[in-house]
Amino acid sequence: MITIDANGMHYRDLNRLIREGIERGVKKFFLENVNGQYYIGDGIKGDDIIININGVPGNDLGVFMDGPTIAVSGNAQDNVGNTMNAGKILIKGDAGDVVGYGMRGGRIYILGNAGYRVGIHMKGYNEQLPVIIIGGKVGSFFAEYMAGGVIVLLGLNDADDTAGDYFAAGMHGGVIYLRKKIDFSKYSKEVELYEADDNDMAFLKKYLLEYADDFNISFENITGKPFYKIIPSSTRPYAHLYTSA
Amino acid sequence: MTEGLKVLKLKNKFSVERDISGCGLCGIINAKKVKTNGESIKKAISVEHDRGNGLGGGFAVYGNYQNYAELYAFHIMYDNLSAKDNVEEYLKNNFIIEKEESIPTSKTSKIKEHPYLHRYFMKPKPDRQDKLFHDMGDDDFVVQSVMSINEKYDGAYVFSSGKNMGAFKGVGYPEDIADFYELDEVEGYMWTAHNRFPTNTPGWWGGAHPFTLLDWSIVHNGEISSYGINKRYLEMYKYNLSLKTDTEVITYIFDLLVRKHGLPIELATLVLAAPFYQNIDKMDNEKKELLTTLRQIYGSALLNGPFAIVFGYSGGMVAMNDRIKLRPLVAATMGDFTYVASEEAAIRAICPSPDAVWSPKAGEPVIVKFEELVAQKGGLIGL
Repeated sequence: MITIDANGMHYRDLNRLIREGIERGVKKFFLENVNGQYYIGDGIKGDDIIININGVPGNDLGVFMDGPTIAVSGNAQDNVGNTMNAGKILIKGDAGDVVGYGMRGGRIYILGNAGYRVGIHMKGYNEQLPVIIIGGKVGSFFAEYMAGGVIVLLGLNDADDTAGDYFAAGMHGGVIYLRKKIDFSKYSKEVELYEADDNDMAFLKKYLLEYADDFNISFENITGKPFYKIIPSSTRPYAHLYTSA
Repeated sequence: MTEGLKVLKLKNKFSVERDISGCGLCGIINAKKVKTNGESIKKAISVEHDRGNGLGGGFAVYGNYQNYAELYAFHIMYDNLSAKDNVEEYLKNNFIIEKEESIPTSKTSKIKEHPYLHRYFMKPKPDRQDKLFHDMGDDDFVVQSVMSINEKYDGAYVFSSGKNMGAFKGVGYPEDIADFYELDEVEGYMWTAHNRFPTNTPGWWGGAHPFTLLDWSIVHNGEISSYGINKRYLEMYKYNLSLKTDTEVITYIFDLLVRKHGLPIELATLVLAAPFYQNIDKMDNEKKELLTTLRQIYGSALLNGPFAIVFGYSGGMVAMNDRIKLRPLVAATMGDFTYVASEEAAIRAICPSPDAVWSPKAGEPVIVKFEELVAQKGGLIGL
C-alpha cells in the first residue's frame, strides 16, 4: 500500500509512480490532492490493484484500463473509462461528458449524475460485457451509437429530467435499463421500450447488489419498483441508407 | 528591431478561413465587484496547461483602470516604431490622449520575443474632423478607429479598447503571459483567461484570445463553422474581420446585437445558440413567436459548430456552450463569486469547496450580472 501526494504533480509523473508501484507489487494506492491530472491508470493491468482517489481526477480516467479498480471520492471530469477493457471505476460524485466512450468491458458505477453522451460507441462481444450504472440523471445523446453492453439509468433523485434529448440515437446493440419510466414518445425511432421481466431482473441483481454495496446504499430502495428495458429495433438500422435493399 | 520580431507580423497574410482549437477557458466574476489580483486566474488556467500548446495565452480584466474609468483604454501592439508613429498621428488627430505609456512587462525566460506594447487612455475629440460629415457617437467612433487601425495600418493591432478594462495576451502559455504582463500587480472584479491550441492558424500575438472591442471580450474554445455566413453578415454592418480567426465574429455579433440593436444579453445568447426548431415547436405560443422571430431576423448571426465561450462586458459575464455541447464547460459558485472553466479542476485549484458545481446544459448560458446577483443556473449537475 502506498500513498501518493499528487498536489501539483503532472500526470506523467503520477502515472509513472503508479506503474512503478505496480511493478514492485503494490496492490493498493491512495492518491491524495488529485486535481485535474489526465489519464490516471492509463492502460494498467491487474485485477487485484485498487486505486483510491481523493480530489477531482482529470479527463480520461482509467483510459484503456484492463483489470484494476479505481474509486473516486468526489466528482470526475470528461471521458471516464475511455476504451476501458476490464476492471471497475467508482465515482461517488458526478461524472462529466462522454463516460465509457468505446468501452469494451468492465464496470463504471456512478452514484451522482453523468453528462452528455454516456456510453457512446460502447460495445460487447462474447464474454466482454461492459456495464455502466448511473445513480442520478444524464444529459443528451445518452447511449449514442451504442453497439453492445449494458447501461442502467437509475434516476434515484427522481428528477423530472432523468435523460436529455436524442436518447439512444443510433443505438444498434446492447441493452439499456431504466428504473424510471421516461417519455418514450420523444425518443429515437430506432429503439423499443419494454417492461423488464424476471430474467432481466435476475441478470441485473448481481450488478445492482455490487453497486449498492460499493456505495453503501440500500439495494431494496433501488429495486423496489419495476424496471424498463430498451433495445434497438435493428442491429443494422442504416444497412440500406446508401444502397437499395 | 530584432530578427525575431519580423516574424511576428501583426498584419498577417495567412490564407486560412478558420481555426480549429482544443483550448482551455476560465472566468472569475464577483457580483459585488470585490477585486482579486491576477494570481487566482493564473492559478486556475495553469491547471489547464495541457489543453494549449504555448502558441497563445491571454486574459481580460475588468475594473483594473479605475483612475481612468471614463476614458477608452487602448492597448496596441506594434511590429516596429514606424507603425507606432503612423498610428499615433491618427490618434493625436482624433483623440484627446490623457495618458500614454508602455504596458508594464517583465522579460521572462518564457516570453522572449514580443511586439512593442503600448497603452493610451483617451477620449475622442469633440471637434474631430469626421464631425463635419456625420454625428457619430463616441463608441461608434472608437469601433471605427479600431477597425481602421487593424485593417489599414501595417504592423499595428489594437487588442483592447474598452473603458476600465483591458486585454493582456500574446504567444506563450497563459501562466507565462500572466508573468510577462505582471498580472499579480493588476486587480479586477472580473477575469477571463484563455489557453490556446491553434491548429490551422499560426500562433501570432494578435491571434491570442481574448478578442475584444469596446467593453466586449471573448475567450473561445472550439470552431465556428458558420464563420463565412457570420463574417458576410457583419461586413454589412461595417465590421472588418481582419484577424483571420473565427473567434472575432462572436465579439462583433455581441456588439451588434446588444450595443447597436439594443437586445438584452439573454436574447443575444438565444441568437448565438438558437434552440432547434423541433424544440421551438414545443414551446407556448408567445415564446414560440419570439424565438421564431429571432431566428428569422438573426439567422446569419447563429453560431454553428462546437464551442464553449466566456464573454465579458461591463455589466457582467456570460458562459455558454453550443447547442449540442461539443465542448466542455463547468460552473461553480462560492458566495458572490462565480467561476467557469473548461475543467472542474481549474475551479477547484482556486476554490476547493464551492457552494455548488454544475455543468451547464447545451446552449443554456450561465449569466452573472454585477449587483443584481443573478447567476442563472442552467444546471444539469447540482450538488
